[in-house]
Amino acid sequence: MKMAARPELQAPPEIFYDEAEARKYTSSSRIIEIQANLSERALELLALSDDGVPRLLLDIGCGSGLSGETLSGNGHHWIGLDISQAMLNVALEREIEGDLLLGDMGQGLGLRPGVIDGAISISAVQWLCNADKSSHEPRLRLKAFFGSLYRCLARGAKAVLQVYPENLSQRQLIVSSAMRAGFAGGMVVDFPHSSKSRKEYLVLTCGPPSLSAAALPKAKGEGESCSDDDSSGDEEAQVVSVSDRHRPKKRQKLNKKVKGREWVLRKKEQMRRKGNIIPPDTKYTGRKRKARF
Amino acid sequence: MRLLTHNMLSSNIKGVSSGFPLRIEVEKVVEKQVEMNADFLRNMFPKIEWKAFAYAAKALGYSDLPEEADSSQLNSQDFLQKFHHALLELHLEEGVLICPETGRRFPVNRGIPNMLLHEDEV
Ligand SMILES: C[S@@+](CC[C@H](N)C(=O)[O-])C[C@H]1O[C@@H](n2cnc3c(N)ncnc32)[C@H](O)[C@@H]1O
Repeated sequence: MKMAARPELQAPPEIFYDEAEARKYTSSSRIIEIQANLSERALELLALSDDGVPRLLLDIGCGSGLSGETLSGNGHHWIGLDISQAMLNVALEREIEGDLLLGDMGQGLGLRPGVIDGAISISAVQWLCNADKSSHEPRLRLKAFFGSLYRCLARGAKAVLQVYPENLSQRQLIVSSAMRAGFAGGMVVDFPHSSKSRKEYLVLTCGPPSLSAAALPKAKGEGESCSDDDSSGDEEAQVVSVSDRHRPKKRQKLNKKVKGREWVLRKKEQMRRKGNIIPPDTKYTGRKRKARF
Repeated sequence: MRLLTHNMLSSNIKGVSSGFPLRIEVEKVVEKQVEMNADFLRNMFPKIEWKAFAYAAKALGYSDLPEEADSSQLNSQDFLQKFHHALLELHLEEGVLICPETGRRFPVNRGIPNMLLHEDEV
């Protein structure tokens, strides 16, 4: 199967997300499911106190309102911002409960200071890494975005931004822009070993260090029992959270805990039994990689 | 757009120092009933700029809000009802938001304010 080119490389967002693309957000059960899962996870990482009080949240790049529906479903009020009128039209059709704004996050969010209880963003912020107009300078647009996000959030509030950076330098650009704006936090990577399910969430806390000293939430599947038993359990239990630039060394070490050959062989056998086509076992199966891989 | 959002929104045109509150020109208002949640209202109250809120409600044709409010009033059902109605049930459907400093107009169509800035405003 040929990989589709990254949307970010095809056209500016307000062009790429045209009526045809927006339509997929009501017609494609695959897209709908992915958006819903990402939003649920983002809300979970937002870790709002479970006192049952509805919060005022922000959905940045709210698009068709699928992610917003997750927020409403959990009883919260939200304001959504998107640059694509076509996507917002779909949100209107969907009769979402949040308020919508047509706007460009790269121009900064025009919101009063300290009023928002939390923010999520699903698959949107990496768009800022592209210069779609001659006047666009990704660094400045990221700075305007994160600066304004920091200001409008209440002290101690969090932002969880699920992103698809194209490469390491984009990831660094996004993370460092957030840190420069004053946020604390880092990336939580769910399913880091799976090219399909791997998802990155930039988890940010706003406010004085005392408030934001709390550790990053665990990546998905990183179980309570962080045992050395590599042959135990399913793939999920193996997942490790990476990053948090304040503690890179420790995290990277964790990441090195890879599965053994036995585990791989067993997993491959399982997949064969399910009828999947799996490459034959060779001496290379499950071998150790060079440290710098 | 509800007045909840209007109360948070400000004009962020480059060089503007007080972009709040955006003035409102109304073409069409719609009302949608939603259930009241007193906890949410109590939580929001300290964040609301009341003067701007009362102004906006009036602009949308609702003048039952007091000019000023303090948190002791949150114990009154009657006050909560009015607060709730103005905050969450009135929608500016068609109209214009206007930057108080520059007079720049942000059109509102089908309830969505167009806050996109021109290049020279960034
Ligand atoms: C993958 S879609 C996410 C859709 C959304 N979560 C939903 O539930 O439909 C990414 C969205 O980010 C928006 N976007 C991209 N760049 C943006 C920008 N600079 N400002 C605001 N929104 C932007 C796109 O228009 C698109 O709707």
